[in-house]
Amino acid sequence: MHYDFSFPAFSPRFIPVWRRNFLVWKKLAGSSILGNIADPMISLMAFGYGLGSLLPSVDGVPYIQFLAAGTVCMSTMNAATFEALYSAFSRMHVQRTWDGIMNAPVALEDVVLGELTWAASKSFLSGLAIMIVVWIMGLAGGPRSVLVLGVVVLIGLAFSAIGLVVNALARAYDTFTYYFTLVVTPMAFVSGVFFPVTQLPWWLHAISQALPLSHAVALARPLMFGQWPEQPLLHVAVLLFYTVVAAYIAIVLTRRRLLS
Amino acid sequence: MNAPNETLISAAPAQAAPALEVRDLAKAYGETRVVDGLSFAIPRGTCFGLLGPNGAGKTTTLRMCLGLVEPGSGSINLLGHPVPLDARTARVRVGVVPQQDNIDPDFTVEENLLVYARYFGMTSKQARERVPYLLDFANLETKRDARIQTLSGGMKRRLTLARALVNDPDLVFLDEPTTGLDPQARHLIWERLRRLMAAGKTLLLTTHFMDEAERLCDQLAIIDHGRKIAEGSPRELVAAHIEPEVVEVYGDGAGAWMQGLGERAHQLASRIEQSGETVFCYTREPALVLEDLGHHRDLRYMRRPANLEDVFIKFTGRELRD
Repeated sequence: MHYDFSFPAFSPRFIPVWRRNFLVWKKLAGSSILGNIADPMISLMAFGYGLGSLLPSVDGVPYIQFLAAGTVCMSTMNAATFEALYSAFSRMHVQRTWDGIMNAPVALEDVVLGELTWAASKSFLSGLAIMIVVWIMGLAGGPRSVLVLGVVVLIGLAFSAIGLVVNALARAYDTFTYYFTLVVTPMAFVSGVFFPVTQLPWWLHAISQALPLSHAVALARPLMFGQWPEQPLLHVAVLLFYTVVAAYIAIVLTRRRLLS
Repeated sequence: MNAPNETLISAAPAQAAPALEVRDLAKAYGETRVVDGLSFAIPRGTCFGLLGPNGAGKTTTLRMCLGLVEPGSGSINLLGHPVPLDARTARVRVGVVPQQDNIDPDFTVEENLLVYARYFGMTSKQARERVPYLLDFANLETKRDARIQTLSGGMKRRLTLARALVNDPDLVFLDEPTTGLDPQARHLIWERLRRLMAAGKTLLLTTHFMDEAERLCDQLAIIDHGRKIAEGSPRELVAAHIEPEVVEVYGDGAGAWMQGLGERAHQLASRIEQSGETVFCYTREPALVLEDLGHHRDLRYMRRPANLEDVFIKFTGRELRD
């Protein structure tokens, strides 16, 4: 198989691709938003209050407050991943919408960038919705907690890009089940969403330090409490690195899939 | 100022240049040469047909001309732009009707046209102004707000054609535009394509329907195994390569009749071929064959003028292509 590694020639034509998805979403927005936040809210309440009542404070705060930052990060990750896998795959492989778009003066990299920014946008709405509930419940405080939304943007971009790599490799929807159960869900457990990473054995802790979600949680949790993260630039850089590298890989793999 | 002068000079050759020019195009996947040294040029305002059996390399050729597949070698000039280098710019003036419908199922008929117009950089206002014309052209005025799932195959095909015209293209690629349609739907598409030609559009059509090619194409090339085997107008190709008359003998006994002719076969017709249960007699003088058939009351036969299908079969053979 032939790979085309040439640098992506992005153009503003990625915007109509983004808008196409936005228009479809607008038709079903109500049920979509409800579905996006109901699930994470239920688990936040159940674990936060239920399990939290059995626990002493974690890292100096009540468990539900500890869990809130993790829940925002995890559900943003899930929303971006879901959109970049199932929804993008429908458009690319099942409906052949991408083929139609690429007959117009829109290049493959524009389509991939349009899908990436769309999946990130949709996951931003998920993260925002949960943050609003978190603020209402008084689990986040101070003006700095608004910066969590910036972290949400970075999570959305990184996991949309990684999801599009998996999308480019997928043979059928089944592939995505493996990705969720073998990659996404385990990542949540070792990235400090549910408990501090310091609880992990040393080797798992080392792996965790390479995962994008750990860096997202490391940014979001202190911001949620109105504090500065310890190494903000490092965490931001790691998330951006994942975004750029994964986007490039996704474009090269999608080229191989659709343009040969 | 010499600006007006320059305009004159640059305008003339642009008009004269072909809408699409392909030279020595080749593409191989591993050991398989899908397209193997193909050259052709389409003058503006004409319809050019690429004919070939399944797997002849038609769709790969179209995809290379659109800049969607990198050619192995050769050169492509699409509306004055080198492809694939400048394909994105060239596609601004091109419309595409793909082989497989890929209308957006998440939108209505009208939304499909509006959304597609944006991919060409058209504003919402420009797109909305164009929609009534497109719906009229596709005979879909009453389906403006219909969901795609409720459309018939013919309607979807017409919507795909309308979508390909959203940018008022100079050149339209049509990849098997009527495959899978009933006769009524095909005739409507043909009528619309002739309208486009009357409006001065250039068409590039791939098909394996010979009647479609005969009706629509000014020039056509028959390709097989990625190579051009013949090129010309439908009339020229028939006149140059096939005896003018054909007598088809079919049904039980046709094969036995042919065997029974023995040496006399050469006197009756210049070529006699059997395919399945049909015997084809190619001849300049059908009276001889018809006279012989008069002695065989049990045989069914039909006399007809030679057509493009006879040329196609002569060049690409009678074996099944899957």
